[in-house]
Amino acid sequence: MQATVWNTKVVNRAQRLARAAEALGKNLTSKRVATDAVVTLLESVLAPKDRVCLEGNNQKQADFLAQSLMKVDPQRINGLHMVQSVLALPEHLDLFEAGIASRLDFSFSGPQGVRLAKLVSAGQIEIGAIHTYLELFARYFVDLTPKVALIAAHAADAAGNLYTGPNTEDTPAIVEATAFSGGIVIAQVNEWVDGTTTKLPRVDIPADWVDFVVLAPRPNFIEPLFTRDPAQISEIQVLMAMMAIKGIYSEYGVQRLNHGIGFDTAAIELLLPTYAESLGLKGKICSHWALNPHPALIPAIEAGWVQSVHSFGSELGMEEYIRARPDVFFTGADGSLRSNRAFCQAAGHYACDLFIGSTLQIDLDGNSSTATLGRISGFGGAPNMGADARGRRHVSPTWLKAGQQARAGRPGAAGTPRGQKLVVQMVETFREHMQPAFVERLDAWTLQEQAGMELPPIMIYGDDVTHILTEEGIANLLLCRTDAEREQAIRGVAGYTPVGLGRDRKMVENLRDRGIIQRPEDLGINPREANRNLLAARNMRDLVRASGGLYSPPKRFRNW
Amino acid sequence: MTDIPVGLETLRFVFAGHRPTGVFAPVLVGVVGSGNLEVLLEPREGSGCELHIETSARGFGSIWEAVARDFHERHQLAGIRVSVNDMGATPAVVSLRLDQAVTELVL
Repeated sequence: MQATVWNTKVVNRAQRLARAAEALGKNLTSKRVATDAVVTLLESVLAPKDRVCLEGNNQKQADFLAQSLMKVDPQRINGLHMVQSVLALPEHLDLFEAGIASRLDFSFSGPQGVRLAKLVSAGQIEIGAIHTYLELFARYFVDLTPKVALIAAHAADAAGNLYTGPNTEDTPAIVEATAFSGGIVIAQVNEWVDGTTTKLPRVDIPADWVDFVVLAPRPNFIEPLFTRDPAQISEIQVLMAMMAIKGIYSEYGVQRLNHGIGFDTAAIELLLPTYAESLGLKGKICSHWALNPHPALIPAIEAGWVQSVHSFGSELGMEEYIRARPDVFFTGADGSLRSNRAFCQAAGHYACDLFIGSTLQIDLDGNSSTATLGRISGFGGAPNMGADARGRRHVSPTWLKAGQQARAGRPGAAGTPRGQKLVVQMVETFREHMQPAFVERLDAWTLQEQAGMELPPIMIYGDDVTHILTEEGIANLLLCRTDAEREQAIRGVAGYTPVGLGRDRKMVENLRDRGIIQRPEDLGINPREANRNLLAARNMRDLVRASGGLYSPPKRFRNW
Repeated sequence: MTDIPVGLETLRFVFAGHRPTGVFAPVLVGVVGSGNLEVLLEPREGSGCELHIETSARGFGSIWEAVARDFHERHQLAGIRVSVNDMGATPAVVSLRLDQAVTELVL
């Protein structure tokens, strides 16, 4: 009987490293690879069909390594299986057109969504699955472990320790999975330090987990995704923010929360030191956040509303402000932000009592989706933020109250006491160009047919949604007891959309009497008082001023 | 010839009102800008509440009718002409402007 070999991965890794050392020759010094030898490095460590994580985060991109991977010889390196959270750069898809890669598991494709759909229908990409961020990271440790990880950091020292800068994002999760499974980690950096006369501000990834480091010719690309100019917030958004604060945050005493990105939630952040303060809610709501460093949160932080913010990634321009507010943000001993997408997603899922975000379409069951025809985009972290955490066991007054409303009077397992996370969908009934946000049938169903998916791409399932908030009112779905009630509750806040006009007026008035639907006037809010003057900052300049000059917006937002 | 620019849609709704406004100084709120609208209130002969709408967004007549009817149900004004100059505002913004205009009405 032949003895089983138990260390094939160790042997394979050693062979690849030896191949790289030989191919690189004097272009390799310790772990440092000469910039112009990076294609040689990739061709020597990669093998066809390898599983590769090319670090594409929501914000930080390993752009130089992406461009370099496009230059490998497709005769030698082909059929790669890409496992990365975000497809942000054109190169991420060029790889498939060139045949270098063929299979894809991912979370979010953002601006590349249209092209991705075309490549899939042309048979040039085989999609394994579309995941949430946490799901994809989880699979890195089960059946989608990268063989080679191509990552981005800000700086490296001579030993190969890495400083990621404030946009740590996915890097720790990727490196952990790769380095501890016989994989190879290659990092691009913006700067070298020698480790003696110049040192890293801090170590985010220890050298022991890194095999090769290459100096990129340009700093890695970072996208300011979470900056919203308060000048663009409308009075309808102010009205909806007032309703969120009074009708939900105050009602449930929401202290721990996550905000989706958008002008709707920016309006809430900017009403905390003004409108919410006038309601006497300071200290009673919004003290702990799982949130990127939104510039719109600056006035609330300055007014003493916020105790802590843990972040998925950073935000360009917020560096000095964060450094000056270490009591609020998670920072290293060096003073700069340490973000971490995996941990912040876990925080948002398990330790927050409320998620509020927007969507493009909501159907009569409360299912919502941002999927539109001709695009394959994925949902990133929204499905984890916007889902009840079924494994949660610790209690809070907010969580208990929501659970009590959902379960009161129900028999059996459905009535077993437990809490529930508040999941709020906040939408204007019409989006721009008079597109109704409420529909009988989500585009997701047509997309499923077109793309041959097993399931329609639904972002947040109706049975996880607890409240729908529009300019017409709040529908509390926790209190609905039948599908018919639920449908009328949704129609009852759908305004003048065809879905809204199709309401049963009598039933909607009954739901209003029972508090399942609440109009602004039921909450003591006069829509005519919804005024932009309530915003704690009305433009970018106000945000800079509120930060005491510490916030430095990217050029495109400097409109004064 | 008409002085209405090409592409605009004109709509007119008249309701029977119960709250006479009598004589008042015309009220103007809002601005004609993208996604926004201008509302002008003027006295009108008789007990009708007339809404005269010019909008750049064509094909939404049934929604305008519902918005106008709800406006009239809220205020029941009589002897008034409401002129709307719309540049693609959502129904929410339209309703808000209409209510703002009525608030400014000094009777």
